[in-house]
Amino acid sequence: MGKSHTEISRHIRVYLVVFGALLVLTAATVGAWKLEFLSAGAAIGLALAIAICKASLVALYFMHLSAENKMIYWLLALTFLFFLVLLLVPVMTAFDVVSN
Amino acid sequence: MLIPHIVKPRPDTGLNNGKLGIWLFLASEVMLFGALFATYLMLRMGASDWPVGTTYLNPVWAAINTIVLITSSVTMVMAWAMSAKRNFNMFRVYMLATVALGFVFMIIKYIEYSEKFHHDYYPSKHVFLAIYFTLTGLHGLHVLGGMVVNAYFALFGKKHYDQDPEWFTNRVEHSGLFWHFVDLVWIFLFPILYLL
Repeated sequence: MGKSHTEISRHIRVYLVVFGALLVLTAATVGAWKLEFLSAGAAIGLALAIAICKASLVALYFMHLSAENKMIYWLLALTFLFFLVLLLVPVMTAFDVVSN
Repeated sequence: MLIPHIVKPRPDTGLNNGKLGIWLFLASEVMLFGALFATYLMLRMGASDWPVGTTYLNPVWAAINTIVLITSSVTMVMAWAMSAKRNFNMFRVYMLATVALGFVFMIIKYIEYSEKFHHDYYPSKHVFLAIYFTLTGLHGLHVLGGMVVNAYFALFGKKHYDQDPEWFTNRVEHSGLFWHFVDLVWIFLFPILYLL
């Protein structure tokens, strides 16, 4: 890595801010679950949106993806593509209805 | 003889071999958990009646475990930062804190599982419980694996650190990437299994 002490101290401040944000978003996840007026679809959408925000913070700052090598981005883009295919397979089965 | 490019980046990839290796491993892990998430989705979409998580599970334990894992991710990056700042003693404190938080996570999981078994909630009872035990069991094994590696660095890493602190710091970063990935998976498991 070879980072300077000043640079690492700056990193530490960012980590603490991200930690605070993650705690707030966890509280928001539980809070959203308590909102009884939300429909099931809206509740799922909101919970997943908050989870994606939290995951992005962890990946960008704790896993240092905000300043990573280009090859890692390509690798992750390819992984994400295959992951989407995996998730789409069960969704596609819902449309594969045998007609009478 | 040492494998080349374990400290300095390879000229062609711009990465040290360890970092490329751990990211390739994490890519395979995404597919492993992705397959199980897809299974969950397929089971849920195909079921005529799917229970909400609270029917069988206690979200309070899961919320506490979420906070425990997030905190452990912070102690993990702090351990890396201390190693990068060449402060081994503080590195050890943060790394041991990470291991301890992993231990807390596993104890809470044990309590949760015990409660399920006490109520006869076994994987065979309902398909929801089957996918719950599969996903959380696999995740728990990952936590355990991460704890072993982190404990090794904290307890036996001094000699390696004294020989080559930069290489040691890279290895801590790589184990940290795995630990954060485990945290990432839990971030999705928590709402999907317990709240929805």
